[in-house]
Amino acid sequence: MSLDRFLRVGETITLGTHTFTADEIIAFGRQFDPQPFHTDAEAARDSVFGRLCASGWHTCAMWMRYNLIGIERDAFGPWEGPGEKPEFGPSPGFSNLKWLRPVYEGDTITFTRAVTGHRPLASRPGWHLVSLSAAAHGTDGEPVMSFENGVLMKAG
Amino acid sequence: MTDKKWAFEELEPGVTIPFGEKKVGADEIIAFAQQFDAQPMHLDEEAGKASILGGLSASGWHSCAIFMRMLYDALLVNSTSQGSPGITEARWKRPVIAGDTLTGSTTVLERRALKSRPGIGLVTFRHLVTNQRGETVMEMENPIMFRMRDAGGAA
Repeated sequence: MSLDRFLRVGETITLGTHTFTADEIIAFGRQFDPQPFHTDAEAARDSVFGRLCASGWHTCAMWMRYNLIGIERDAFGPWEGPGEKPEFGPSPGFSNLKWLRPVYEGDTITFTRAVTGHRPLASRPGWHLVSLSAAAHGTDGEPVMSFENGVLMKAG
Repeated sequence: MTDKKWAFEELEPGVTIPFGEKKVGADEIIAFAQQFDAQPMHLDEEAGKASILGGLSASGWHSCAIFMRMLYDALLVNSTSQGSPGITEARWKRPVIAGDTLTGSTTVLERRALKSRPGIGLVTFRHLVTNQRGETVMEMENPIMFRMRDAGGAA
């Protein structure tokens, strides 16, 4: 089925890799999550985390950045029709978000995504709900974050 | 011991803590989107109006980050918080449109002492973010760890 091939259902796609700098961790922390371990390297040493680390929301937002970069590149397969190429819309939310390990300054994180399924929405003809699994892992391959997400898609 | 207002002991089921107000401007919506979620409906007024969301709308991740700051200012800054393992569920119920003023509250659903970490308890909250019309824009269920005021005590 062309939607399955387009969405690459079941495949884990590598979206990109990012090294979190102290400056960007602190900038995000000051604006949105000014707990000392996200804003101050000295104070972080005395905290439960032991070192400056990114807000969990910063890791999520960075996943989104690389998700879009991946979509532009090749994270979806070719569209073989019929009809117009599908377009993505808003997301109704996410679940099971786990911040499994801190992302420390200097950590290099790889972001991934796998579409797990899709179904037409009875309430919105022409729209589908696409389900996906998002994740991030460090250079040792250990996961630092994961969540399940849905996104609306106009197709068919 | 702690001089913080909110430790595990105070966070009993049913306790509700109101958030302050936060007006969300077009500039900050666009700045966040340029960095993290560069889709047309988050970057451009006209594209936003033409979209299913009906206006220049904040990235859902931006809404989460704004919520985080509201939770920090209302609770975490004056608490024994030890961080959170994650979010059980979050729903983006309505778009946050440029010019909206957000507020909301958080309510303790349940709590328990952690056997694995003596002196620390896990408190599960239901967070609610609303707009100036009283509509729910976001709902979230989220456990957060807090140190106990009296490390020898139990829930």
